[in-house]
Amino acid sequence: MGEGDPEGVEGAGFSSNFPRQPGPDALAGARAAAAPSTASRSPSPARGGGSKSALPMDEPVGRSRGVFAVLASPPVLWLVVFFLVPLSIIWAYSFGQNISLTRIAVDGSLGNYAHALRPLYLGIIGKSLWFAAVTTLLCLIVGFPVAVAISFASPRTKAWLLLLVMLPFWTNLLIRTYALMAVLRTEGYVNALLGFGWKGLAALAALVGLHMPPFTPLELLHNDFAVVFGLVYVQLPFMVLPLYAALDRLDRSLIEASLDLGSGHLTAFARVVIPLATPGIISGVLVTLIPSIGAYLTPDLLGGPSSMMIANVIERQFKAADDWPFGAALSFLLMYLTFAAMAAQAFAGRRRRSA
Amino acid sequence: MRSPTGPLDYLRRWPLQVWLATTAVFLYAPLITLMAFSFNDSKRNIVWRGFTLKYYALTFADADLIQAFVNSLTIALVSTVVSTILGAMTALLMWRFRFPGKAALDGALGLPIVVPEICMGVAMLVFFTEIVPWPTEAPWPLNLGSIIISHISFSFSFVAVVVRGRLASFDRSLEEAARDLGAGEWRIFREVLVPHMQPGLIAGALLAFTLSLDDFVITFFTSGPDTTTFPIKVYSMVRFSVTPEVNAASTLLIITTVALTALALWLQGPGVTQAPQAGEGLLP
Repeated sequence: MGEGDPEGVEGAGFSSNFPRQPGPDALAGARAAAAPSTASRSPSPARGGGSKSALPMDEPVGRSRGVFAVLASPPVLWLVVFFLVPLSIIWAYSFGQNISLTRIAVDGSLGNYAHALRPLYLGIIGKSLWFAAVTTLLCLIVGFPVAVAISFASPRTKAWLLLLVMLPFWTNLLIRTYALMAVLRTEGYVNALLGFGWKGLAALAALVGLHMPPFTPLELLHNDFAVVFGLVYVQLPFMVLPLYAALDRLDRSLIEASLDLGSGHLTAFARVVIPLATPGIISGVLVTLIPSIGAYLTPDLLGGPSSMMIANVIERQFKAADDWPFGAALSFLLMYLTFAAMAAQAFAGRRRRSA
Repeated sequence: MRSPTGPLDYLRRWPLQVWLATTAVFLYAPLITLMAFSFNDSKRNIVWRGFTLKYYALTFADADLIQAFVNSLTIALVSTVVSTILGAMTALLMWRFRFPGKAALDGALGLPIVVPEICMGVAMLVFFTEIVPWPTEAPWPLNLGSIIISHISFSFSFVAVVVRGRLASFDRSLEEAARDLGAGEWRIFREVLVPHMQPGLIAGALLAFTLSLDDFVITFFTSGPDTTTFPIKVYSMVRFSVTPEVNAASTLLIITTVALTALALWLQGPGVTQAPQAGEGLLP
């Protein structure tokens, strides 16, 4: 932490949940930071462990075989039986086919994947990626100034602003989506407001002798716009928190130096703040992009028939269409996409560090 | 009198203030209108026609909805207890030991966090219909078993991450000191490690509880007609139409979550957040 860090940063306690490198921990960190608690704050291992410890951080199993067995078996068993086995079954099914209503033969065929790569489904996969990319970009544009405002606020204001960003997080996703439906639908609040404004305009126009057509409500719900709007609404806090964590770690004197040397605020941001905040931007992009690609509820409730995303197609295969092998293949394609996004981010992070 | 604006007082600049205010409206307006209109005495739900509590009465009279709420709380409670224990064990294991296959286990533990919910949902659906057919007509708490198991599977990795973060700040010379003073493995665990882990355990448990209460997608694939949870029930109401009853039910859930959160923050008090700093202060 730099010298310039006010005390309140520690008290707010959200910053350290974000590892500097993106990865699974960054995702967990985002969720963990969303948890209603300040206690998960922990110094980074580099600060807390290592040099101070009298003992090495991890000992070989050696003498403590009993302790090791007691600690290792329940979680490992649980992970294998109730997580890895179910996933492996899906993976196996993706190479099989329906031979009767209730039986699936796993015969190693790649037919399901070939089926999934036909234009119809490729289009849906492309659409999912496109929605996720637009959502991430919008979240970055909206979230960056918010993160800047939070990290430069006074300690007291900072705690309140963080609470402001977190609070919707603790509200059920379904309820947040439902709230948007009520706002966006044809007889919803946005259209009511617009209609009210239109009436006022029409009255004004009538005064000068102009005639305006009656207000036609906008179609805001059940289309692609609603899906992206909903995704931004749901994902925005995910973006703000890692950005805030990165900006908060930043050494203020660097900005002051560049201002002293005659740069404007915008130049200082473009050439000093943004490059230094890149790790935070990368993890923010990751934690926004990944859940967006696989979003189910938002396109299901806010989208129209043509705004189906990949998760909706998967659900259909398992519930309505009853084509489990094909659904399994789509699930694994979605999983590979997720891993590819993570690998790309990790690669970008590594190149930055070595550069 | 206002003090002069410093060069880095970005919050004092109006464009940023406008931006913040707009974002706040964007985040809150939908939720606040939802809550406000649950008290609106109108079926059409858009024009204010006066205050009423009748939709709350309807909500409390809806036995299915109450049952779904009880189910959700039961599932969240059991899943929290089990995943906190499993998560703490995982954290201790990964923190303390070096063993062959550790990197692989670490990767596998990250999977429940990164695997898209829908993939995990369908995996659980197949597992609980084909491999271990769960008796959904079993007596009450047992029929929720498949949902509870699925929730534990995705929660405990999150708990492990949080607790591991906390353990990273543990000074192992304390353990050494306890050992020198004659404490055994169990006593060290109970009297030295657990007190240090406590804030992490509380945070992890809260996270697990929220994750479970919030989950829709995975539950959607593991619940049967007799085992609906609150989100599943609300979903079927929402699919049907936007009604004041849904608003009332949603408001109740929002208030429950916010109250639980406030309670948790209050229970932990300021002492907890300061504890690590105090601990660090003791060291040279």
